[in-house]
Amino acid sequence: MEELTFTQEIKPPSTKKGPIRWLKDNLFSNWYNTVLTLFAIVFLYFLFKGVYTWVFTQAKWAVIPANLQILSVGSYPREQLWRVAYVVYVLAILMGLSAGIWKGLNQQITSAVACIGAVITLLPIHVNTSVREAAVIATILIAVSYVFGRDRQNLKRWVIIGWVLMFPWMMFMLRGFGENAISTINWGGLLLTLILAVVGIVACFPIGVLLALGRRSQLPAIRWISIAYIEVVRGMPLVTILFMGSLMLPIFMPGDFQLDKVVRAMIALTLFSAAYMAENVRGGLQAVPRGQYEAAQAVGLSYPKTMTFIVLPQALRSVIPAIVGQFIALFKDTSLVSIIALSELLGVSDNILGNPKWTGLKPELYLFIAVVYFIFTFAMSYVSQIVEADLGVGKH
Amino acid sequence: MTENENTTNDPIIICEDVHKWFDDFHVLKGITTSFKKGERAVICGPSGSGKSTFIRTINRLEEHQRGTIIVDGIELSNDLRNINLIRQEVGMVFQQFNLFPHLSNLKNITLGPMRVRKLSKRQAEEEALALLERMDIADQAYKYPSEVSGGQQQRVAIARALAMEPKIMLFDEPTSALDPEMISEVLDVMRELAHSGMTMLVVTHEMGFAREVADRIMFFDEGVVIEEAAPADFFDNPQHERTKLFISQTLQH
Repeated sequence: MEELTFTQEIKPPSTKKGPIRWLKDNLFSNWYNTVLTLFAIVFLYFLFKGVYTWVFTQAKWAVIPANLQILSVGSYPREQLWRVAYVVYVLAILMGLSAGIWKGLNQQITSAVACIGAVITLLPIHVNTSVREAAVIATILIAVSYVFGRDRQNLKRWVIIGWVLMFPWMMFMLRGFGENAISTINWGGLLLTLILAVVGIVACFPIGVLLALGRRSQLPAIRWISIAYIEVVRGMPLVTILFMGSLMLPIFMPGDFQLDKVVRAMIALTLFSAAYMAENVRGGLQAVPRGQYEAAQAVGLSYPKTMTFIVLPQALRSVIPAIVGQFIALFKDTSLVSIIALSELLGVSDNILGNPKWTGLKPELYLFIAVVYFIFTFAMSYVSQIVEADLGVGKH
Repeated sequence: MTENENTTNDPIIICEDVHKWFDDFHVLKGITTSFKKGERAVICGPSGSGKSTFIRTINRLEEHQRGTIIVDGIELSNDLRNINLIRQEVGMVFQQFNLFPHLSNLKNITLGPMRVRKLSKRQAEEEALALLERMDIADQAYKYPSEVSGGQQQRVAIARALAMEPKIMLFDEPTSALDPEMISEVLDVMRELAHSGMTMLVVTHEMGFAREVADRIMFFDEGVVIEEAAPADFFDNPQHERTKLFISQTLQH
């Protein structure tokens, strides 16, 4: 039976290893690796021991729950906090509906946010009751509107309109009006960080795409303006741009017209980030082969349609890592607005530490703030991986 | 060889003294010809002879710098509206397929009808599925281009061009990038298309296809048409020395 032996399946050699074998192969394969391994074990032991004792026996964590309100909203007046809560509730409803209607990516983002809400609810520390209450309500709202939004495709248009109106409404809601208006100088903490970051991210993206397209335009005027903008802005530190927005812009403004300080910071962050975004997007545009443009033209697509449906989708998905990196950088760069006297998440730590009751607790506070930054930046990075998988990057 | 009963005497493409330069390199040196409705023309010649450039001027992927080209009564000029009108009338199939990799095969086909012809999604998909059926790859509709073979990709590309209901189809070496066993499945589709009465300009090295399907064979060399004739005359009684050499070389293998 020669044919049988010919087609007989041969199993691949086993690559499984027992734990002892693994240790020997990877950690103790010869004398100097053994020395290194032992040295690393000792080093890690002391490192973890030090961190453990500090975190669990020495650190005075009371500074965090006691100042949770300042960390969250800065010096926003306490009796007006319902405004923030309302904004959070409306956001929760919109996110829940989006997750229900579009599923996929929206679902992932929303569940991530819902998890954060749930975590705040269950936090074992002594939290201000109203914060816990708001977190509970927000989490429930997300869940309820998600269930409501499922299979209600006719709500699509309204949800999109809702998102578009969200930003102006939020600004209006947080500011209030009349005599009780809350000056944006009182906005602070995580609230301000998130507002600056979200506005910066949402606004810098389209501007960056337009600048990238402009830089590759056949029209010399548009091309040169784009190049000049990108190169000049990239050549300046963000701190300089923030200062210019804060100190010089008012000088050029006509009469007593005053642009709000937070708005000026938003503009500065957006314009700064857009220049970098433009170069990221341009990198993606260069990766789209000429044949794609030709095929789109041959089908009769106009330039805007070629860009919208053929070139940009391919260009952007190939530079998602760079774009998300830019978003993360922008998120952390918001901490620089403290130099123009806005107290965002990092900036409020100075206010807290100025209180004699909390002096010397810088490590605790900074570590906590670092963890908060990490949660948000890690979430962004995680979502970007889902987006990539969703779009089949590298597969087709 | 079958007589083409589909041709009429109305020219659908008229080229008058068409010139084109790439920088200082004179690619097209005064092409004057016309193509009738329903005509099947095969364009051949050595590489660098300007044959691809020539058919690319007809839908303005390349701009000609002298002379006139009139397609279906519209002169090609810098007027964008005219260019887009002509591009809707002229379908093109590329050597490298140039399918849109981020869209499924079906969406590759429906994009043009939906965004340019303004068909509804449902109507566009119905037409696209019918075309894929005609190309014998209806089962590949929901795959992505990278998930199907080269021959299937090229047939999707033909379907994409046909979905715009063009009056003219341009083929720029449609089988040159294919593995040998996939060439015939693409040629079969093109043969079927030829018999349906489509006006076709085909740049190809497939001499068997040319002999069988073409009404006319044009031989390009160094930017000029040095010989054009019906296939029988072209292959059996070439006039020009250069043509004789080319035919003997291509028929050797």
